[in-house]
Amino acid sequence: MSEKTGSAKRKKLVSDILVNGALLILVLMWTIPTIGLLVSSFRTRFDISTSGWWSVFPHREWVKVTERELGDDLDRDGVMEIEGVTGTFKEFRDGIETSDGKRITWIGNKRLGRIEIQENKWTMRTDFTTENYGQVLAGKEFEIRQADGSVKIEQGDNFWGAILNSITVTIPATLIPILIAAFAAYGFAWMRFPGRRVFFIIVVALLVVPLQIALVPILRDYTKLDLNGTFLAVWLAHTGFGLPLATYLMFNYISGLPRDILESAFIDGASHFTIFTRLILPLSVPALASFAIFQFLWTWNDYLVALVFIGAKPDVQVLTMRLAEIVGSRGSDWHLLTAGAFISMVLPLVVFFSLQRFFVRGLLAGSVKG
Amino acid sequence: MSGVSYKNMTKAWGDVIGVNNLNLEVPDKEFLVLVGPSGCGKSTALRCLAGLEEITQGEIIIGDRVVNDVPPKDRDIAMVFQSYALYPHMTVYDNMAFGLKLRKTPKTEIDKRVQEAARLLGITPLLDRKPKQMSGGQRQRVALGRAIVRDPAVFLLDEPLSNLDAKLRVQTRAEISKLHQRLETTFIYVTHDQVEALTMADRIAVMKDGVLQQVDSPQNLYDHPDNVFVAGFIGSPSMNFFSGTITGTTDEMYVDSGSVRLRVSQSEVEQLGRDSIGKEVIFGVRPEDIHHPQYQPAGVTEQLLESTVDVTELMGNEIFVYLQTGEQNYIARVDPRADLRPGDKVQMAFNIEKIHIFDRTTEKSLATPSSN
Repeated sequence: MSEKTGSAKRKKLVSDILVNGALLILVLMWTIPTIGLLVSSFRTRFDISTSGWWSVFPHREWVKVTERELGDDLDRDGVMEIEGVTGTFKEFRDGIETSDGKRITWIGNKRLGRIEIQENKWTMRTDFTTENYGQVLAGKEFEIRQADGSVKIEQGDNFWGAILNSITVTIPATLIPILIAAFAAYGFAWMRFPGRRVFFIIVVALLVVPLQIALVPILRDYTKLDLNGTFLAVWLAHTGFGLPLATYLMFNYISGLPRDILESAFIDGASHFTIFTRLILPLSVPALASFAIFQFLWTWNDYLVALVFIGAKPDVQVLTMRLAEIVGSRGSDWHLLTAGAFISMVLPLVVFFSLQRFFVRGLLAGSVKG
Repeated sequence: MSGVSYKNMTKAWGDVIGVNNLNLEVPDKEFLVLVGPSGCGKSTALRCLAGLEEITQGEIIIGDRVVNDVPPKDRDIAMVFQSYALYPHMTVYDNMAFGLKLRKTPKTEIDKRVQEAARLLGITPLLDRKPKQMSGGQRQRVALGRAIVRDPAVFLLDEPLSNLDAKLRVQTRAEISKLHQRLETTFIYVTHDQVEALTMADRIAVMKDGVLQQVDSPQNLYDHPDNVFVAGFIGSPSMNFFSGTITGTTDEMYVDSGSVRLRVSQSEVEQLGRDSIGKEVIFGVRPEDIHHPQYQPAGVTEQLLESTVDVTELMGNEIFVYLQTGEQNYIARVDPRADLRPGDKVQMAFNIEKIHIFDRTTEKSLATPSSN
């Protein structure tokens, strides 16, 4: 008996290690790039373009000790002797290590004779700055010295407009489908009307329709209705594309509520509307919240629908477009992109963590008996 | 305050018949128990009365109003569900007040009624709790309270005790009976438990396969079951049945199943009629009418039957003995002093005044023991 429990314990231990190990790997896979993004967003423009974010951690690297000009007396096309080592220009360009652990590296071109004497040292690149965020958020002015020596003053990218636009798009695009879907789900689950099954099958079938095929027809209708480029257009689009899943999720949850409770309310004298508002809505909070997270996240991160229906005019463009523009219009502004990307993650993270406890419960909606 | 009557009521879903042509009168203030095995249509009959199911045919009358097309809320009924059906997100107070609020009852009146019901049920300290924070018994009281505050003409209770543990069930059973006496309202109570039916009911209606079998007071139902089903369903352990024929002469009539041959008492011979010799019957004897020869009560007209003991179950105040005679098995409830062991041979004493005789084809009662 004790042997048996012993082996069972060992089995459990092994499976625990496997499960937790797999989870740990998954967590690392997801968090490392995020941390990288966060670190990068605080690094200077120069650092970002010359080294990876991981160089903020202690590591060994060749570091310059001294530097000196070379005389003209060297044969630059042949074999040279500098600081006690010999080699060709090519070898010096790659760096030649001396016997005492130093490295001689030729800097610049062949004609400008300059060498660095480097040592392999433990070092960290901790030259952090909040300037990236400042520029992204406040649109701070910064100077760019151009090739001809003149100084150009440029306005930094201001994210606030895009953030507000994103919020303006996301909140109604989350609330409208939830409200409609909850009503619809209640109807499908608890009201008897002709064609109930057929309508529900249609809703479920719509789950598999990719939204891309609807883009052009809807765009043409919007043009006729003069809706293009308005927030209403994108609210309606998100509502339409989100409704099938929302209805299906809410149906699963609401149809799983105990029948007795509703019948009891009927006898107590409640109408369908009262039952919906006084019983169904309060009892469906987990499902509502879980769908709210979904819908919020994908409308917040949406690029395609927003691009098609409200376009990229600066006064309406959303955050995702603004980010895309940073890469697009200034291919080298990685420091701004990282900061901007991180700012765009803050709100989804806040939403996720504040509604987190409903998340799993809502996902399991209807599949587990409470 | 009003009675209820079902008139030729049928409920069917397509070809599936839930309740078949039910005719039942429940006078005002009666405690009627609908009892039967699961799937017999008793809950359906109750739900039709509540208005949760539409009836297919016939009429349901509450008071003097046909309520076929009246929605549940206007039927002046309150229902207690097996699962209690409390609103999980509301406090006990709100649970009880919900129906009254929907009816726009004045606040002070609601408060008065809720407090009164809570006092009646002893749940005043629980009024601020949510259903989650209460035990099964407490929830059950709240469910009752929710019905009481509505002050309905008819209380409908759908297996309200099935989710309670055995001890609490017995206690609550008595409390519901008390409640009925105090409220003086019509109660219709559905259960599959014949003990609940016998202990609480003014009258019991037994149903099987959607058909009403018999309606009568508990005692009459027990003593004079109309058919084999009722005889077997009411009473625990259930009645012993033997299938056989009537033999003998008009002066000395027997029911005979081969192994069991019992003389029919004079009063039952009269019920059977003189010409019934040769008739195929099922006859039944309740376990408590079979005694151990040493411990039989006085005044029993006995007939001894040699049997072998299979199993004994001591219940404390009595012993259930499983016996065999010839090909037949039967159960007897005997005095706990009887010292019986499996394998013992014993002359069991059958009380022949207490034989129930049924027609074998129709299963209807042909003769029942006279009450004494």
